[in-house]
Amino acid sequence: MTEQNQPQDTLQEVKDIRRLMERSSRFISLSGLSGIAAGLFALAGAGIARYVIFKNYYAEYNDRRFFDSNDFVKLKIQLFGLAAAVFAAAFISAFYFTWRKSNSQGRSLWDHTSRRLLWNMAIPLVTGGLFILGMLQYSDWRFIAPACLIFYGLALVNASKYTFTDIRYLGYCEIIIGLINMQFIGYGLYFWALGFGVLHIIYGVVMWWKYERD
Amino acid sequence: MKNPITGLNKVFDNRIRLGVMSILVVNDEISFNDLKQMLEVTDGNLATHLVSLEENGYIKVHKGFIGRKTNTTYSVTRNGEKAFTDHITALENMIKGVK
Repeated sequence: MTEQNQPQDTLQEVKDIRRLMERSSRFISLSGLSGIAAGLFALAGAGIARYVIFKNYYAEYNDRRFFDSNDFVKLKIQLFGLAAAVFAAAFISAFYFTWRKSNSQGRSLWDHTSRRLLWNMAIPLVTGGLFILGMLQYSDWRFIAPACLIFYGLALVNASKYTFTDIRYLGYCEIIIGLINMQFIGYGLYFWALGFGVLHIIYGVVMWWKYERD
Repeated sequence: MKNPITGLNKVFDNRIRLGVMSILVVNDEISFNDLKQMLEVTDGNLATHLVSLEENGYIKVHKGFIGRKTNTTYSVTRNGEKAFTDHITALENMIKGVK
């Protein structure tokens, strides 16, 4: 090492250190496109759900003018299936775009940062999922949309320690929308579409713009 | 004026040792394989540097098992953390001194 290039070497060394600290403690392959795709699937799902509820179920109900419990059970099964399909589609697309990004970065998708991220996201998410199933068990549908939004928001805030910190703001917004939804029972589907659809798309576009544009 | 190089730690002259420390200070505990993957080095090379860091009392080694496979993990000691911070401060001072 000669006197002349020492400042550059030192600067490079500090940059390397910072990069390693960042890379080793946070999962940074999460793609903005994942958010956009998940948001689009959520909006499509909400649209289909609205159609199933208002055009099919309520239309038949109004024609007949009496409550048919079989129809109601059918509606619940349809909506449950729809929710599962939306979740699967969103998860697979999120996985695909993140896999593509980590590939182009030459990183492995399955390392200790992604394991830690998944685990810390899973704690609030699985808790929320079981809580919501419990509410369904007692046929209390009123707080399902708010609970989805709030637990998901908490999961994101928790996850923000292990990936881009920006995701924390998405988490805050989800929690706020969930809490507002508590005061507007019956409009859950619209809040759900706002939280899982619109917010995901906005977040995805911002993240893509910020980190992946080139 | 104090010579800016005095704060630099000889042990961290090597890029791999410095890399190991950079990773360990931000992670509670990390396995040999994760270190190898992130630093892109060979087993033998990494092992040598880990031994020297351990001998200096900068890192702790935990030997464990996952099933039958050995799973060795490493964590930074309080001494190691202090040595690393001092080294970084010295590096930063050097850069500031140049500007």
